[in-house]
Amino acid sequence: MTATQIPTRAAPTQEAPRRRPLPLRRLVPYGYLSPVIVLMIVLMIVPVVVVIRYSFLDNVIMTPTSSLVGWHNYVTVLGDPLFRTAARNTAVFTSVSVAVHLLLGLAFAMLLNTTLLGQRTKTVFRTIFVMPWLLTVAIIAILWRLLLDPNGVVNYGLQGVGLIDTPVAWFSDLNLALPAVTFVNIWAGYPFFMVSLLAGLQGISADLYEAAAVDGASWLQRFVHVTLPSLRPIIVSMALLDLIWTSQQFPLIWMTTGGGPLDRTEMLSTYTYKLAFSKYEFAWASASAVVLLVLAMVLAVFYVRYQRARD
Amino acid sequence: MTSRSQSVALKSGAIFGLLLGGCFAGLPILWMLSSSFKDNSEIFAWPPRLVTSTFSFAAYTSVFTDPVKVRFFLNSYFVAVSVTVLTLITAILAAYAFSRYEFRLKGAINVVIVGIQAVPPITLLIPYFGLIVALRLYNSYQGLILTYMVFTLPYAIVMMTGYFNTLPRELDEAARVDGTTSFGALWRILVPISLPGIVSVAVYTFMIAWNEYLFALTLTRTDNMRTVPIGIQLLMGQHSYKWSEMMAMSVLGSIPVLILFVFFQKFFIGGMTAGAVKS
Repeated sequence: MTATQIPTRAAPTQEAPRRRPLPLRRLVPYGYLSPVIVLMIVLMIVPVVVVIRYSFLDNVIMTPTSSLVGWHNYVTVLGDPLFRTAARNTAVFTSVSVAVHLLLGLAFAMLLNTTLLGQRTKTVFRTIFVMPWLLTVAIIAILWRLLLDPNGVVNYGLQGVGLIDTPVAWFSDLNLALPAVTFVNIWAGYPFFMVSLLAGLQGISADLYEAAAVDGASWLQRFVHVTLPSLRPIIVSMALLDLIWTSQQFPLIWMTTGGGPLDRTEMLSTYTYKLAFSKYEFAWASASAVVLLVLAMVLAVFYVRYQRARD
Repeated sequence: MTSRSQSVALKSGAIFGLLLGGCFAGLPILWMLSSSFKDNSEIFAWPPRLVTSTFSFAAYTSVFTDPVKVRFFLNSYFVAVSVTVLTLITAILAAYAFSRYEFRLKGAINVVIVGIQAVPPITLLIPYFGLIVALRLYNSYQGLILTYMVFTLPYAIVMMTGYFNTLPRELDEAARVDGTTSFGALWRILVPISLPGIVSVAVYTFMIAWNEYLFALTLTRTDNMRTVPIGIQLLMGQHSYKWSEMMAMSVLGSIPVLILFVFFQKFFIGGMTAGAVKS
């Protein structure tokens, strides 16, 4: 999931007696690419162009005639207090998720990379640690609805250790719903970081640590001066990808809180979905969808720039 | 502290951390498994127990004997396997072009493929429904399969191109000198030695297709076209929650990906991190 850019390759060495390529031969690569090109134009480029067009029209889909209204839909959507709430919730949900994904992923990766334990123990734990990530989001949502039910096992455990007095309805409590969905998202997503960081840790040369040890560096100094700088490229790439994907998270929210209670877990994705498929305001929904698209593209540009800079 | 007692302390610290992490990651999944063997009336029994006196396979039996639910699984398998096969074929052809040819639009197509991976699914959804209906793909396997390929292909192409780039050009060029066509060089020389790369792309593709939710929900209408994630959610939407059955379906729905992971861990993790790790 990390290799999102086609690796560039050094140009081939020119053959000595240079032949002028026949036009037909120049078309060969396009032939190999044609299935992808057709599919991407029809099912990706066309819908993106259509949604951008919708965002500048009035009453799209619901009425046969619609007229251009310029930026009107954007003004409406961006001025909607609910949109701002959704933007704020998305920002909190995304930033906390990404930060904790990174911390947990790094902690678990370092535990799994320790030389103190046997390979077999580590393989067993690695499999357990990865498991949340292998579950379908529909299953994750339902499982956590069961666990976080007021009568569920989490409430029982928390009451047992005295952290809460009465059972809590996590997903329908006004103040706890956003932390609860964020927690579930953290549970579901940290292995993505863990797996990549583990591979990164295994790639760090032992010489670096030995040199640091010779210099008398403490564990913390080795972590700050050897481990973190070596992992930096992975951390930045993963964090950008996670930002892109988490800010688009829809199914998990939809199947746990549905954006509620009230607007407390409304995200930009659920807000857009509801505008379109509950309120049938397709023009507004399109404007909101394009705003999301622009945000994603900005992050994608950062990502690509970063990858290019590394190459 | 002597170095011996220090290492014992470190070791127990590491084990403690692993166990703590193991509980965090594993207990919820253990609870899913445990709940699938309970009677529905025991789901919220107080105090909660991992194994109850009502332990039975009843929830599994009721999933397996319900043709509608069996159909959810068959649909998921059919769609995920088709997506995997078609993605592999298409991505291998495209990666061959990217890895072995220089052409004018290479950079532009590259940018589009990278950009596509960041497009929010919700942005596509609004025009997508109308488009799929217009293409007569609504509520069909083909509609789901082609849609999923839009999401699996970019990654598959990037990974396969990376893999092909690690193979020396001399291999296929030698075959070309011997008079093999470019397709022959790809098919007979490159593909067989790229099997590890192909396996990791396949596993990853299967996982995406098996897990997809939003488009499966939007692009299908009848139960005979629904996939497992939607099927589980449908159980939730009805009058009473059949928790045991939902958990049994969740366990069954997780098994294919878990098996793939356990068997192909090495490829899986290797492929996953192909771009992130550089020597």
